[in-house]
Amino acid sequence: MLLRLTMVVALLSSSLATPTWADGNREAAKNEAQFGIDVARRGLWREAIYRWERAVELDPTYAAALNNLGVAYEHEGELEKARGAYEKALAIEPDNAQIRQNYDLFKEVNERAAPKTDKP
Amino acid sequence: MNAPRPRPTSRNLLALAVMSTLGGALVAGCGVTTYEIPIETPIRPKLDVTPFQRVLIAGFVAGGTDDVDTNQETVRLLRSQLRSKSSLRIIDADALPLMSIAQDQQKGGAESAVEQGSRDGPSTGIDKPMSLPGQIREEKDLEPYERLFANTAYWKRIGEEYQNPLIVTGTVLFAPHSRAGFVSRDVEQYDSFGRRRVVPVRSYLERKGFVLRPKFVFIDGRTGATMHSESYREEVLYSVQQNTPALSSYFELMDRLVPNFLSALSSQKVRGTRVLLM
Repeated sequence: MLLRLTMVVALLSSSLATPTWADGNREAAKNEAQFGIDVARRGLWREAIYRWERAVELDPTYAAALNNLGVAYEHEGELEKARGAYEKALAIEPDNAQIRQNYDLFKEVNERAAPKTDKP
Repeated sequence: MNAPRPRPTSRNLLALAVMSTLGGALVAGCGVTTYEIPIETPIRPKLDVTPFQRVLIAGFVAGGTDDVDTNQETVRLLRSQLRSKSSLRIIDADALPLMSIAQDQQKGGAESAVEQGSRDGPSTGIDKPMSLPGQIREEKDLEPYERLFANTAYWKRIGEEYQNPLIVTGTVLFAPHSRAGFVSRDVEQYDSFGRRRVVPVRSYLERKGFVLRPKFVFIDGRTGATMHSESYREEVLYSVQQNTPALSSYFELMDRLVPNFLSALSSQKVRGTRVLLM
């Protein structure tokens, strides 16, 4: 009985570790995302954007890549695109405190770019 | 001699399998790698100032306190900021006394209205403009002066006088302000064992300070038309015992607003840090 239970647990464990088609996409997306982080840290933001866009193409539910895209768009002054990326990331992971923090900081900058304007 | 390796029992195997499953789940749940990275967000100017080489900080309808010459100080501060942070050349001219100009314009307008009225018959008084207060004490005192900024003929004439610059004008209210109410602050307390703890304590406080309400109006000196305007509000409050000079409060509040003012005319870079996720 105990042996049978052991086998069930082991099977469950191996099924978690075996990559499915979706996991494969996430793996590929993660590789792109990691490369994006490496180049962004060296200041190559356009290349980072390309990599993170690829990551999101491979796995549209990859919130971390969307978050990184938001950061990169912000750095490039593409504020509308940044907003879109952050909002998509938060829609996928609404409780992610780091994405929320990035988004809140972004909103502060964005408000400064377009503060309350009176009608002429 | 090596001790004989213990043969794995089914109980050990179970423990191993459970640990491996839990471990995997833990990595899946907590294995988020983060990288803090500095960024610089470029902010494009809100106004297209490419048609202008020069800017005239004309002056402001200002008031609120007699302790600070708000018109002169605002003109001086904005000019010095633009000198160092904008590519536009600054026109050094005396600040316009806009309050008396507005009063003259109203007088002139009233006289021409009387002339018009005597030709057209008795006046109903409906179109009578709001009277201009001689002193600005609060926000509503500034309202009647707003029509000065809509007088395109006047601003076009000023523009011609200074070879068609971008004109910056507006209103500034810098007035004493006080507020009383409950505020929460952290207080250190020690218990009978000498242990320190910080407790939030709500207490009734009377505070006084200043409120700054500028409205910047950007006028095209070629046409006299308003291109853009924006309003801000900032306040600072101190405890009643603290005696802060009005002028230093004015600069403290303007310091907060100047980046916003500058971002209307020149591109800015906002520095910050963000978190990249893996």
